[in-house]
Amino acid sequence: MAAHNKAGLSLQVGKPGLIRGRSWPKHFGIWFSMLLILFPLLYAALVATQTNAEIFSFQLTPGTGLATHFEQVWSGRNLGRLMWNSLLQATLITVAKTVLSLLAGLAFVYFSFRGKWLVFFFVLITLMMPTEVMILALFRIVSSLGWKDSMAGLVIPFAASATGAFLFRQHFANLPRDLSEASQIDGASPLQFLFKILIPLSWNVIGALAVIQFVFVWNMYLWPVLIISDADKQVVQVGLQGLQTLDTGFSFGPLMLAALIVSIPPAIVFIALQKPFMAGFALGSDK
Amino acid sequence: MALIASFLVAIAIGAFSFGSRTMRGGAVGAALGVLGASLILGSLRFCMFGSEVESTQAVLGVVLAGAFAWMFGAGAKAVLGQKSADLGSGDIRTGSFKLGWYWPWILLSPTLVILVFFLYLPAYQTFTLSTKLTRLGTPIVRDRCLQNFSELLITSPALLVMLPLTSVAVIWGVGLWHRRSEPGSAAHGFTRVIRPFGILLFLFSLYFIFESENGGYQLIYLNTLIISSSIVILSMVIGLGLAYLTFGHVRGITVYRTLLIWPYAISPPVAGILFFMMFDATGGIFAAVADNWFGFNFPNYSTNATLARLAIILASVWKLIGYNLLFFLAGLQTVPREQIEAAAIDGANSLQRFRRIVMPALGPIAFFLLITNLTFSFFDVYGTIDFLTKGAPAGATSVSIYEIIRVGIETGQLGRGAAQSVVLFLAVIGLTAWQFRQSEGKISYGSA
Repeated sequence: MAAHNKAGLSLQVGKPGLIRGRSWPKHFGIWFSMLLILFPLLYAALVATQTNAEIFSFQLTPGTGLATHFEQVWSGRNLGRLMWNSLLQATLITVAKTVLSLLAGLAFVYFSFRGKWLVFFFVLITLMMPTEVMILALFRIVSSLGWKDSMAGLVIPFAASATGAFLFRQHFANLPRDLSEASQIDGASPLQFLFKILIPLSWNVIGALAVIQFVFVWNMYLWPVLIISDADKQVVQVGLQGLQTLDTGFSFGPLMLAALIVSIPPAIVFIALQKPFMAGFALGSDK
Repeated sequence: MALIASFLVAIAIGAFSFGSRTMRGGAVGAALGVLGASLILGSLRFCMFGSEVESTQAVLGVVLAGAFAWMFGAGAKAVLGQKSADLGSGDIRTGSFKLGWYWPWILLSPTLVILVFFLYLPAYQTFTLSTKLTRLGTPIVRDRCLQNFSELLITSPALLVMLPLTSVAVIWGVGLWHRRSEPGSAAHGFTRVIRPFGILLFLFSLYFIFESENGGYQLIYLNTLIISSSIVILSMVIGLGLAYLTFGHVRGITVYRTLLIWPYAISPPVAGILFFMMFDATGGIFAAVADNWFGFNFPNYSTNATLARLAIILASVWKLIGYNLLFFLAGLQTVPREQIEAAAIDGANSLQRFRRIVMPALGPIAFFLLITNLTFSFFDVYGTIDFLTKGAPAGATSVSIYEIIRVGIETGQLGRGAAQSVVLFLAVIGLTAWQFRQSEGKISYGSA
């Protein structure tokens, strides 16, 4: 709603008025950019239904190949199995990261101990150390532990999160002090305090972290390429490689279909946890 | 001679980075610098200064001494700063649990164990491996001093030193000229405009220190520079534009936002696949449109380097926009509303309001995004490249991370791959440090 003030400026009531003017150019702009951004997905959805012949004839209507492609991808290439591996890996890492970060946050905020700042710095500095830079050495270490081709090799190196520890430290530090005092008077242990008081107050942060971690792990590519060579244990992002060429030569349709199917789980997580996610980033409440 | 030079450099950098305001600070810094330099050079047994070793390695030795002096000096300063900040902020004194001393350590131990074994240990091993000649899967390891590094670089030690130093001197000189000239004078304005281009000059000068032939790094450096900087700049600008567009109330805005953020959830490999389809020279939509509607032949990206790079950049930008949009939207929430309205009533146009009020408030978010986008464009682009071009044509889309895996895993030369990892590591740290310096004092962190 636009209100006109004396100077003739149109400011949105209670809104920052970053953008002035009527709403239709804005609507148009939004629709235009949405079309551009969603185009690759829409186009992939179209191609996923078409046989190679239909693709090469540049047909803009859905084709006839969808059922065959699904058959090829799902039963022929065992996409379900690959997706299950990815799901397991993503869930395990997300849960592990959340739990370990909660514990670390608890230690950083509700305990005072010698050398705390040093430990804090020790964790902080890992934010500057991307795994990929040392991936050759990590590969050597994990191989020497005998974790090649195993879920342990996929999960354990990524089970801790400096980002998560800081997020929870920040969040806990902003909670009222009385909480921990009161529960100490009640004789609660730190873990009881964590589960009864802190976690119920942290769902937004947990949700935001969970979305980020799940999407991050689901989309992980380089590490599984290196550490998993057994096709049955592979994750789905790498498994897509096998679909680039099927027995019938180059296969656009099945590949597009698989790419779209693979993108569904992170989209579901993102939409399901959207509320806490947006709130975690202070977006939900358009105050 | 190079040995003496490296210690002089270490003293200077150590003192400078630790803080040379007082004599004592300078002395401590110099000592830290010497300590750092001796540790690193000593652990390599000063091999790079031997008489039969190429002089490029001696130059690298000096650089290494300087880098470690800086790490020790600046690191000590940061650690002490962190300590005093932590003590100063009255870090949670009340309400902390008074239990056995072991409690916090038990809570922290899983995190610390994993960080030590899967981050610190690999980091250390990357450095040690980079000085070895070793193959994947064989136990034989030979010391190689800095040869893994020197073979990436040009053979002329003079140019190796002069090129970066000259560009740094020019940047420094322009900065000095700017500070000395009268505000409002032509020189002041001129230097203000050209100062931000200093980093470009520096990056450009680095291009010439890399060897262009026999396994040299010049092409990889160029690819990484072009692809990474384009991804970061485009995705941030478009992300901000979209955030601006979708901020505030329009009917159905939540749905629009969700749809626009969506590509964030799509993986780099899938982004590669989608763009691989669109850009395909026989079946892709671009080729079809170019053919049928405009009647020209769409080039094949597997032979056309420019198009191949463009496809990778577009795919990555497409995937990143949603992420940037999300954070910019969160950032726009923190823009002080009253100031905007006041400025609007005072007659400031929207561009002025954007520059004076919105930009400073978005500073911290933009800084955060710059770092994460940079990380993405350095590393996650691997999946996109692997599906789109596999480094083709003729290595024109092989960026540093792609080359690390190719050399380290595919050809099994772990030592060489590790050396390239170290180069990339230095680039990440250097860029982050440069960003921190740039953002110092320019960002308002708001009242909240």
